[in-house]
Amino acid sequence: MAVNNPKFDTSEALLAAFRVPNGAKWALDARRFAAANFRRMGIPVKRDEYWKYTNPTGLTALPTPKAALFQNDETPMFDGVDRVKLVFVDGVFDAAQSDDLVLDGVELETLEDALSKDIHWAKDLFGVLEANGQKPVERPLAALNTAVATQGLVIRATGKTDKPIAIRYIHSDDTSDAMVHHVVKVDAGANLTVLESGPGAARFNSVMETDVLDGAAFHHVRTQGRDHERRTATHMFGRLGTDSVFRSFTMTVNGVLTRNESILEFTGDNAKATVGGASAGDGSGFHHDDTVFITHDSLNCESRQVFKKVLRNGATGVFQGKILVKAGAQKTDGYQISQGLLLDDNSNFLAKPELEIYADDVICSHGSTVGAIDDDALFYLTSRGVPKSQAQDILILAFLGEAIDEIDDSALSEGIHSRLADWMERRRG
Amino acid sequence: MLNIKNLQVGLEEEDKQILKGVDLNIGEGEVHAIMGPNGSGKSTMSYVLAGKGGYEVTGGTAKLNGADLLEMEPEERAAAGLFLAFQYPVEIPGVGNMTFLRTAVNAQRKARGEDELSAGEFLKLVRIKAKALKIDADMLKRPVNVGFSGGEKKRNEILQMAMLEPKMCVLDETDSGLDVDAMKLVAEGVNALRDGKRSFLLITHYQRLLDHIKPDVVHIMADGKIIKSGGPDLALEVENNGYANLLAEVA
Repeated sequence: MAVNNPKFDTSEALLAAFRVPNGAKWALDARRFAAANFRRMGIPVKRDEYWKYTNPTGLTALPTPKAALFQNDETPMFDGVDRVKLVFVDGVFDAAQSDDLVLDGVELETLEDALSKDIHWAKDLFGVLEANGQKPVERPLAALNTAVATQGLVIRATGKTDKPIAIRYIHSDDTSDAMVHHVVKVDAGANLTVLESGPGAARFNSVMETDVLDGAAFHHVRTQGRDHERRTATHMFGRLGTDSVFRSFTMTVNGVLTRNESILEFTGDNAKATVGGASAGDGSGFHHDDTVFITHDSLNCESRQVFKKVLRNGATGVFQGKILVKAGAQKTDGYQISQGLLLDDNSNFLAKPELEIYADDVICSHGSTVGAIDDDALFYLTSRGVPKSQAQDILILAFLGEAIDEIDDSALSEGIHSRLADWMERRRG
Repeated sequence: MLNIKNLQVGLEEEDKQILKGVDLNIGEGEVHAIMGPNGSGKSTMSYVLAGKGGYEVTGGTAKLNGADLLEMEPEERAAAGLFLAFQYPVEIPGVGNMTFLRTAVNAQRKARGEDELSAGEFLKLVRIKAKALKIDADMLKRPVNVGFSGGEKKRNEILQMAMLEPKMCVLDETDSGLDVDAMKLVAEGVNALRDGKRSFLLITHYQRLLDHIKPDVVHIMADGKIIKSGGPDLALEVENNGYANLLAEVA
């Protein structure tokens, strides 16, 4: 054990700060394994290559950095959607505010319940996809989460579902430090939509491990709203079977520090994955990082990464996206685009697109651009009587819209679109 | 309606004077045409009137019904009743044509202190006006000007003009890139808006357009100035003899 090394001292302190939970032996084993991994890795620090553009200090510091509560009177996201609503307050499941854990075609439990059972299908997933995702790049915050998280949902879709599960995170304590861990299994031929809105805690660490079996479809739409001072680290681990579909989209507005990682692996042929994000940041207190790692290890799979960020007044946006095509993963079609729209000279967009390809019959493309608002388009709109600030917002929305369109559900994408438009209108005053 | 006095304009980023003292007065309900060789400053004048950036006004005034245009933002000029039909309408991906039109109409109404049009009222109005210009539902749904043909773009400009009902319309080479049928359609659109009060300034290279839209006054612009004004015959003279004689006359 290293002595006087903050990387390791802090990891011990973090493990100690959270009570290591009880549970079934298999769950305890998985947690101990993750804890050992976390001890070995230590906390992420700025000099780690994977954290070069994002300073993780706020995600690991103790005591938990304070985040003033953000009050707003707007309708909670996805309230208009016919759904099963499940609420977490400061990262703790709140049964009273939630709907019953009942949905046709779905088995739904809390993590606590599932992990206390001696025999449970989650044994093959909990901590497993997370551990798989630690190679070739370490993700210490995900290991920490597996080790100590007691809260979350365990969801298994066994057939066709007609309603989404909507998880709403509410922030009510200005020093809450949430660890939420969801385990999701979509059985062969089944489908499931999971919506998340939040994040709801001063500091929010979430992991979702999702196994999408053959012919199954998983759809994930997430909004991370206007809670200005919160810090967030999320990891989506996904494993895709043959002919499966995985779609995930995240909208992020404000927040002092957000790191969203998506780690997907194609294990069956002919599967498709899309990971997208639209974010808008205002002020030097905004730092938003999308980190994606997609591994193609089967035939004829298609992956898309589409990320757009609008940044102003010193905001920083980061994109690290990788496509790894393993030997033999022929006919892979990998696509990646990341774009930053900078509204002034003080803002930053940092992009690191990576392709690593060991198969010879693949199509992989990536692009990354940074630009400003198009003056000609702005003049055209204003010459028609649209005030400049509104015209600018119209162009921003159009820019983000190309990422929002990745959501394969017009009601959901329109909902996100109009919420963003509302926020912009409010901002204009 | 529009009173331009000794307007002098240069480029902001280089030492180049483009308009060298333009005088132009357009009365209520009048249609004026400006013709002139390439580089004479016609398009610059239209941009400066509409408020495009990149130009520096070094002297003179431009007033719309007494209000100083040059002091206003582009959107204020629009709300005051000025409309510029672009020579090259801008493509705006991701913004639906219909949404754009409605936003523009309501922004102007709001600026003038009028009630905004409801979705239903707007739709009814736009359907009627679009039909007259042979603009189909698909064109209204598509992103602004994206993938439009040259003729579609110009018709779309006229549709905006019809919806916004400006007082003073400046049409910058609206005839360029149009075939005969498209030009007729555009001209009909413009003529439909002539109501004896609304004024027009047509910038064009060719007399053709003026066969369809009869001007009251024709001006010839060269080297940043209006060098000659006259009746519709002046346009015919240019068509037949080119600009050489006119330029020689004033030289």
